[in-house]
Amino acid sequence: MSGKANPSPGVEHILDRVREQMNPCIQCGTCSASCPNQEFMDLTPRQMWRMVLAKETDTLFDSLSFTMCSACYWCTLRCPRGLPTTHAMEELKQAGALMARPKTRSSDLFYRLFLDNVRQYGRIREMELMGRFFLGMKNPVTPIAYAPLGMALMRRKKIWPKLPSRGPGKLDQLFDGVAAGGDR
Amino acid sequence: MRSYLYYPGCSLTGTAKEYDLSVRALAEALAMDLLEIEDWTCCGATAAQAVDTGLAVTLCARNLALAEKTAAKASDDGDPPSDILVPCSACYLNLKASDKELEKNKSIKAMVDGVLAEEGLVLGGSVRIRHLLDVLSRDVDWEGTGHGLSAPDMTRSLAGMVVAPYYGCQCLRPFRVFDNPEDPHSMDAMIRATGARVLDWDMGKECCGASHGTTKPSAGKMLTERILFAAQGAHCIVTVCPMCQMNLEMFQDRAHPVPVLYLPQLLGLALGMSGQDLGLELNLTDSRELLGG
Repeated sequence: MSGKANPSPGVEHILDRVREQMNPCIQCGTCSASCPNQEFMDLTPRQMWRMVLAKETDTLFDSLSFTMCSACYWCTLRCPRGLPTTHAMEELKQAGALMARPKTRSSDLFYRLFLDNVRQYGRIREMELMGRFFLGMKNPVTPIAYAPLGMALMRRKKIWPKLPSRGPGKLDQLFDGVAAGGDR
Repeated sequence: MRSYLYYPGCSLTGTAKEYDLSVRALAEALAMDLLEIEDWTCCGATAAQAVDTGLAVTLCARNLALAEKTAAKASDDGDPPSDILVPCSACYLNLKASDKELEKNKSIKAMVDGVLAEEGLVLGGSVRIRHLLDVLSRDVDWEGTGHGLSAPDMTRSLAGMVVAPYYGCQCLRPFRVFDNPEDPHSMDAMIRATGARVLDWDMGKECCGASHGTTKPSAGKMLTERILFAAQGAHCIVTVCPMCQMNLEMFQDRAHPVPVLYLPQLLGLALGMSGQDLGLELNLTDSRELLGG
């Protein structure tokens, strides 16, 4: 059992689901060998499953490895036990996001702003999303790195500045309904 | 004439406008009638799954219910369309995975039904989600076999051109539907029909890094560059996913520059359409040389 105090009930609940899905894992390492992102990870997928099953998740969540999954589905395709490995990795991302750690701030922020944008407009307004992302990152270098791309997209009228609209969001009802479990 | 429900997805209204333009232009040439799903909204992309599974499924379910509604409206003019054509691989996989989840997970289905009912929507499960490449490779007769929608004459031969078919991940995996996810070839017949030659390579099924391009650019760039380096020798790369296309165009500073077209743009060119009809000037890479040749 993990030495450190914590995981919140939300995190534990997610980890229980991942354990249930990954319980038949035989540690063959086909997932790790198939992963195009392995070189950017300090823990391999196979090691991550072992840690989840052994309830040794401190090292797992201290690492950024699970956030490096790009959902290419090679591991899911090839897992000899037919386990939903990519989906389980998504669940680890969900657990990670609940922990709100500084290390995953950029992806957590991006996902949160993305969903705010969907809730407000129904369809993504890419320019507003990226603008808010850069503001939220509070890192002046990021927007500069993306400036040439932004200009190229604006010249082609693929993204365009538009004032954010406030007031009720297009999908408020759906988001609130899901949060309430569908039985309001 | 065959009718399809059409789910463009958010990218096709913005950064991938030319994908939408060229899908519609190609559909018209192939006598496919595209019925855009009324009031469709975002599928949740990768963000919803990384935050909440219930939300991810509900966002997709809303669009599936709207698709059924759009189909029912259209049924006055004959058989209602039952296939949703989806050009974006991420939207395709999200819609399909949600559809499967709703089939097998009764508690999620009950939750989703409750949420959709508030908007007066009902999910009957009567539509089939199909990727654009599935529709093009299986419903259209590129080789003159006499089965499927007949492909019109290719009035502008692309003979002499070498094309690198880039499939990406999510139209191939995890669901094996229309191609072999380990060794995809569904684009071959249509590329050959244009007169072009298919580049013999094995990077067409590898990952471009997807959203790493935004959140972890150094890793994303490395993955994309591997594909670009392997495409040397091709006159263009064709793709069927807006995110792959964007990554392949964005990370070309170290690789040999190569135009990255959407598959319908290439097919449209061979069918004699103008660059403007196909939105070629909207691509970030320059494809003027292709047209000159």
